[in-house]
Amino acid sequence: MFPLGIYQYIIGGLIIGLGVSFVYILTGLHSTQSSFFSSTISYFSKIPYFQRKTYLESREWRLYFAASVILGALIYTLTVSPDGFWTTSVQWWRLVLGGFLVGFGTRLSSGCTSGHGISGIASLSATSLYAVITFIAVGIVTAHAMMFLGVAP
Amino acid sequence: MNNKNIILFIGGLIFGFGLAWGGMSKPEIVLSFLQLRDYGLVLLMGAATVTTFVAINIVPRFMEKPILGGEFKPRVRAFNRNTVLGAIIFGVGWGISGQCPGSALSSLGIGNLPVLIGIASMFAGAYAMGRFFGQ
Repeated sequence: MFPLGIYQYIIGGLIIGLGVSFVYILTGLHSTQSSFFSSTISYFSKIPYFQRKTYLESREWRLYFAASVILGALIYTLTVSPDGFWTTSVQWWRLVLGGFLVGFGTRLSSGCTSGHGISGIASLSATSLYAVITFIAVGIVTAHAMMFLGVAP
Repeated sequence: MNNKNIILFIGGLIFGFGLAWGGMSKPEIVLSFLQLRDYGLVLLMGAATVTTFVAINIVPRFMEKPILGGEFKPRVRAFNRNTVLGAIIFGVGWGISGQCPGSALSSLGIGNLPVLIGIASMFAGAYAMGRFFGQ
């Protein structure tokens, strides 16, 4: 069940939870991820959907947050990472197609793995629970469909 | 940088560090979970959620409001058709690519430059959603 062991997952999860908790206890904000796309688009698009108050109010801190998520992973890579810099072997067309659907779907659903998954479930939100069950189930089915089509990894 | 942005910046550093440590920055590891070959991501999500559960549900019993002001308010969204429809679309994209928004950002930090086209596509998807389906 756990070919890579369990510790990296538990430690990683605890650290992620600490980051989210740190922000919440100091500011009351939910530091979730996918709104970053819509709130950043609000700098460029006049479309009313993107000019919502919630995006205008959060777009600045979401930029700082997204930049430091990248930086935090970089610090891990330069310090305790056992394998240093790393590149995926997932094909470009999967990153493009999958990325588009991820961007579209998470915004339509108002949450992703962090918004619905961590902050939503931790808030005991039934809406988030339904969303998480749905995207995990569909993700498993899709990943298996890809395998049966002979697409690897 | 005001105080709030500094806190978010530090929180993001911790979040990104944890994503990388937990392996979620690698689409291969996410895919190995969705292919049911390695259940480790359940542990990662569980550990992150339990920690956050304490911050959202227990800490406010001992503190009136957040240290820098504002209010403690759990993250609750109204349920509607889009919740499920969006989650289905997200699930398909997740299963195809092994990427989600946070993991893709952190993936850049571990040197995975090809993920840039994934992030650009996420922006395109978020734009299409707001442009054509945002009320």
